[in-house]
Formats: sequence, C-alpha cells, structure tokens
Amino acid sequence: MVDATKVRDSIAAVHQESISGNIPSQNNGMRSANGAPLVLIRPTRGWVSLKLDELWEYRELLYFLTWRDIKVRYKQTVLGAGWAIIQPFFTMVVFSLFFGKLAKVPSDGIPYPIFAYAALVPWSFFANGLNQSSNSLVGNANLIKKVYFPRLVIPLSGVISGLVDFSLAFAVLLAMMLFYGIFPTINIIWLPFLLTLGFVTSLGVGLWLSAMNVQFRDVRYTVPFLVQFWLFATPIAYPSSLLAEPWRTLFGLNPMVGVVEGFRWALLGTDTAPGPIIVVSSLMALALLVGGAFYFRRMERTFADVV
Amino acid sequence: MNDLAIRVEGLGKQYRIGGEKNGYKTLRDTLSDAAMAPLRRAKKLLQRQAYGVGEMNESIWALQKVCFEVKWGEVVGIIGRNGAGKSTLLKILSRITEPTEGCAEIYGRIGSLLEVGTGFHPELTGRENIYLNGAILGMKKAEIECNLDEIVAFAEIEKFVDTPVKRYSSGMYVRLAFAVAAHLEPEILLVDEVLAVGDIAFQKKCLGKMGQVAKEGRTVLFVSHNMHAVRNLCARAVLLEEGAKAADGEVDDVVAVYLSGTQEQLEATVHLPPSKSEAPIVGRRLRFLGANGSPKSVFRIREKWQIVLEFELTEYLSHVIGAVGIRTVTGTPILTYWSTPKDLSPGSYFVEFSMEVPLKASRLSFVVGLSSNNNTFYYVEDVGNVTIVEVAEGKQPFRASGAGILVTECVSEIKRLDSP
Repeated sequence: MVDATKVRDSIAAVHQESISGNIPSQNNGMRSANGAPLVLIRPTRGWVSLKLDELWEYRELLYFLTWRDIKVRYKQTVLGAGWAIIQPFFTMVVFSLFFGKLAKVPSDGIPYPIFAYAALVPWSFFANGLNQSSNSLVGNANLIKKVYFPRLVIPLSGVISGLVDFSLAFAVLLAMMLFYGIFPTINIIWLPFLLTLGFVTSLGVGLWLSAMNVQFRDVRYTVPFLVQFWLFATPIAYPSSLLAEPWRTLFGLNPMVGVVEGFRWALLGTDTAPGPIIVVSSLMALALLVGGAFYFRRMERTFADVV
Repeated sequence: MNDLAIRVEGLGKQYRIGGEKNGYKTLRDTLSDAAMAPLRRAKKLLQRQAYGVGEMNESIWALQKVCFEVKWGEVVGIIGRNGAGKSTLLKILSRITEPTEGCAEIYGRIGSLLEVGTGFHPELTGRENIYLNGAILGMKKAEIECNLDEIVAFAEIEKFVDTPVKRYSSGMYVRLAFAVAAHLEPEILLVDEVLAVGDIAFQKKCLGKMGQVAKEGRTVLFVSHNMHAVRNLCARAVLLEEGAKAADGEVDDVVAVYLSGTQEQLEATVHLPPSKSEAPIVGRRLRFLGANGSPKSVFRIREKWQIVLEFELTEYLSHVIGAVGIRTVTGTPILTYWSTPKDLSPGSYFVEFSMEVPLKASRLSFVVGLSSNNNTFYYVEDVGNVTIVEVAEGKQPFRASGAGILVTECVSEIKRLDSP
C-alpha cells in the first residue's frame, strides 16, 4: 500500500495547489499571479500538443479500462482464455500443413511448426491490438459522450490488454521450444524491445484507424481485410531470407518484419540477425506512432459530436 | 477576480445537422442509394465537403454568446426547455466537446456527472463497477477505496456487491450508479438531470445528498427540469432559451420567468372532447387565465386565477349549470365550482370562475360537466393540466412537504401557560 499513500499525497498536493491558487488574497500582486485558471476552454484549430502529462495523470483510468477489457474479454465463453492460445496455435497447424508440408517453404533450418509459431505469437499480439484499438473509440462511444478524459487512453488500453493473451501464447511457445529441444540464445534480452516495437506498431496504426473509424465506419470493414493482407506481407509463413539484400532491408519498412524476424532470431537462434531491418522497422514504427498520435489529437475535438 | 469558480464568455457551439434530402421510400431505393453512396461520397471528398456520414449541409447554433460567472460556493441551476442548450453548455464546461467560439475559464478541479453509471459493465460485479466507474468519473483508486463501504451502504446493495450487475434489478443498478457518482468530490461539480432515478424514497435520498453537497460550500452547476429540485438546491438560476441566456438571477424569479414561458401558455387552452352521444349542450374549450387575463397554466400558491369554460347549445334549455371540478393528477377530488343556473337559448356561451385556490404546490387536472334541469348532458374527466408552484413571496414561504394540500390563513401565536 505504499502506492496508496503516494496517491493520497498527490491528491493533497493538488488540493493544496488549487486552494492556494483560488482563495482571494489581500495582496494584489499575488492575485494576478495566482489568478490563472486551472482549465481554459476555447476552440482549438489544427495540430495540437499531445498533452502527455495529462495522459500520465489519468494512468489509473488507463489501468482500470485495461483491467476491464481483460476481465470481460472471455466472459461467458466455454474455452475462456484458451482462445488466446487456440488462435495462433491453429493458424500454426494450418500453416505447417499447407506451407511447411505441401509447399515445402524453407524455414531457416528450424522445424517449420515452431518457425511459424514463433512469428505468430507477436503477430497475434499485433493483430489483436490493432483490432481492439481501431474499434475502441466507437465501442466506447458512451464514455466519450459523457465523460472527459484524454481519449488516447481508450485505444491504448485496447492494445495493452492484449499483453495477457500474448503471455499465454508465449508460454505455449516456450513449451514448444522445450519439445523441440531448442534453447533460447542470449539475444533473448532483446525480447522486451522487440515486443515494444510490436506494441508501438500496433498502437500507431490503431490510433490512425480508431480516429478515422469515428467518422468513417468503413474502417470497421477494412481492418479484417487489412490484417489478412498484412499477415502475408510479413514473413510469418516464409522467411525473409528469401529476399535478396537491398530488398530485404526495404522489407523492414513493414515494422512487423523487424518484430517477427527479431523474435525468431532472439528465441530460435536463426542466423538472420535483423540488423538493418530492425533499424528501418523501428524508425517506421516510431513514425507511425507519432503521426498517429498527432492525427488522433487533431481529430479528438470532434469525437464527442460525431461518434 | 479570485473568488471566481467559472467564467464563461461569449460561448457558442455550432452543430452540423445532416439530413437526407428525401427519405427512402422503397427497399430498391435504399439499395441503389447504398450502392451509389461511395461515388457521391468520393465526389464530395474531392470537393473537400465531406464531414463523414450523411449530408452535412445544415448547421444550428446549440449555444450562442453565453456569458456568465459563477463564484466559489455558488449553487447555480441551469434551466430551460428541451433543446435550449443546457446539456451542450455542460458538455463544453466538462470538456467533452469543444466550443465553436468564445471561452470558458475554470478555477478549480472539476467533475461532471452527465449520466449515472457511465461505463458500467454488465459482466462485472458491483464492487468492480464501483472501481471502474469511479475511475471514469475521475476518482483516484485510494479515494474509491476510502469510500467503498459508504457507497455500498448508500446504494443498499450490501448483499449483492459481488454479483455481476447484469443480475441486478434496474433499481439496484441505478442506486449503485448514483451512489458512486454521489461520492465524487471535486471542487466544482457539474450535474445534469441525474436525480430522476430510482423510487421515490431513493430520489429523496439523492436530493438530500445533493443538498448536502451544496451546503458543503462546493460550487455546483445543476441542470434540471425538476423546478422543485432546482428551487430547493440552488440560490441562483440561469435560464437558457434557444441557446442564449434569457435570464439570470434569484432562483425564484428565474423559475417564474421560465414557467410563464410560451410552452406553458400552449397548455393554457384545452379543447374539450366532443360528446359521446347526441346532446343539446357540448363543452368546447377550457381556458386558464391569470388575474390580468393572460393565458397561463402555471400559478403561484394563492395567486388569483380564472377558469373559463366555453360551451355550445343547440336548443333552448332551462336551468343550465356549468361545473368545473378540480382534482389532483392522481384523481383525488379537491373541490367543485358550479355556475348559477340560467335559462339559455341556442348559441355559444362561456362561464368564468374566478378564484384563489388555497392549494400547495401540486399538479391539477379537471372535470367538466354541463347540465340542464339536473340532467347531465356533458361530462368529461381528466382534462387540462395546471401546475401550482411554490414561489416564495414576501417573508413566509409555504415550505413543507407532507403537510397537507391546503394553504389557508391562520392566526397562531405561542403564549405562556402561566402568564398572568
């Protein structure tokens, strides 16, 4: 409960601040200095600041919304959280049959099932996060119309809640590695970074799509299509080593290429060190996120009226 | 400057209202229109005219040039008809939507309550929803933990706190929702018509809680249609009409202005239903007038007013009597007035009842009867709708609920028993 006392202190601090700011003081000089409003409401135009400090202030709401998403996700389903495993696992089975066995797609010298599954785990996290976040604003329209909070919280919580599904699917990946007798390399220390990269990509694209979805519900029908297309534009069923060098690095413009190849490299020890790909992917992901965040903030002012 | 809590200056909000120019008629129209929509939309987009869904070409000002100031600790009621801009004002002040013009300054931590139970999830338990809803309303986790038992007790759901709220009765649901909202403790509170929840006993409890909040010296902006609640809670009121400020001042004055507005005048004339059987005498209209003869349907306690009954005769009748009975809306007869009998030839007539009804704040409905020689030819029940409001006049407001429905003069004085 160290946390609770901290929070209480911060409440007290805010309270103190606003009181001292607002009690009429005898000193005229003081008055003008402290007379600034806490909140100024006026029309805004064009690009506006991200207000990340405010986002930080609302971190508890982010926590509760994420927690709600997680709690509610598999309510009243028979298999419950099993779905988090079933989706990537059965995709892996299908891929192994058709691409691995029938089409004999190369797999960088690793058994095809684990080759595919190691890519499908971060991919599922990305795809679910994208799905969740792009529909999140419309799905939470009642909140948007009735309460103020930084709207960024909503798509953000959609992606974060996917981490639970990710860890379940990841546990299965570890079990499979044990089964195939593959031990992770030292490069596993890069895994958090790679996961962050997947997270940033998912959120970045999610921000763009969720903001657009408010005005154009077409997005809702585009996302499944986009995800499917993207799945094959990412080396999941096949290795990126099929491509020759200048093209391979260029392939990194799809940030998920960096993530997926990175996962294989860190866990399965494929000798396709992601090197330049990861740099290109990281820059691209960052651009998507920053652009998405600013676009989101720009559209935010119309959300409550349009949604 | 520094005793200000809210300052609103020239605030305006424009909404684009889209409407299809001509409604769909057949399924075929609907389908072909849906098929053509992408083309039209694309054309619009190229011309930079699209605003999303629908044809967004018309716009209305929901709020325009609204200015007012609220001082610390003031409890201000925002009243007005539907669509007057009350909710838009609260939405702007609570930062849910942006104004189109003007600005507002808020000098304190603000909390808004535009709806109870926002973000409640049916699958989550009562306890979980308290945390979730609390966080959505802007409470800190520590704050919610402190208030948890109190919230549960206030909502009277102790036994069901770990049951998913989808299994709650609707009463339990709204009680819980209000209970969470009631424990929000910002410095400035914006409330929109959330008191109309639950049964009467719970509504009373909610009003009590609101009153307590008001007495604690917090600044409250309170939107409501319930004039009784507004008068009880607020010292000051702002009246909005068609997006503009129409009145601002002492709550009783502003409420009186609002109630005497056009909407009420419409109800001041009631067209009586035709007689069921062939009758030689038929009621036409029932009108309500203030002492000065202007149509009204809202009167203050002890205000003098008139009921005018208009009727028509198709043949000569002797000993005609027009009668108007006053009832409560629940149907309890209060009293009846009879005109003095008169012999009448065919034609249109009216009878005027001028009176001062000694009733407390209440809603009234009427019974109309027309007879000749003790034969009732025309009789209708439950017509008209008049409201008696409690507006403090002078130094002795008639305030007390459950103390009966009559108000009469009474001389009373406390005296010593053992006085010489």
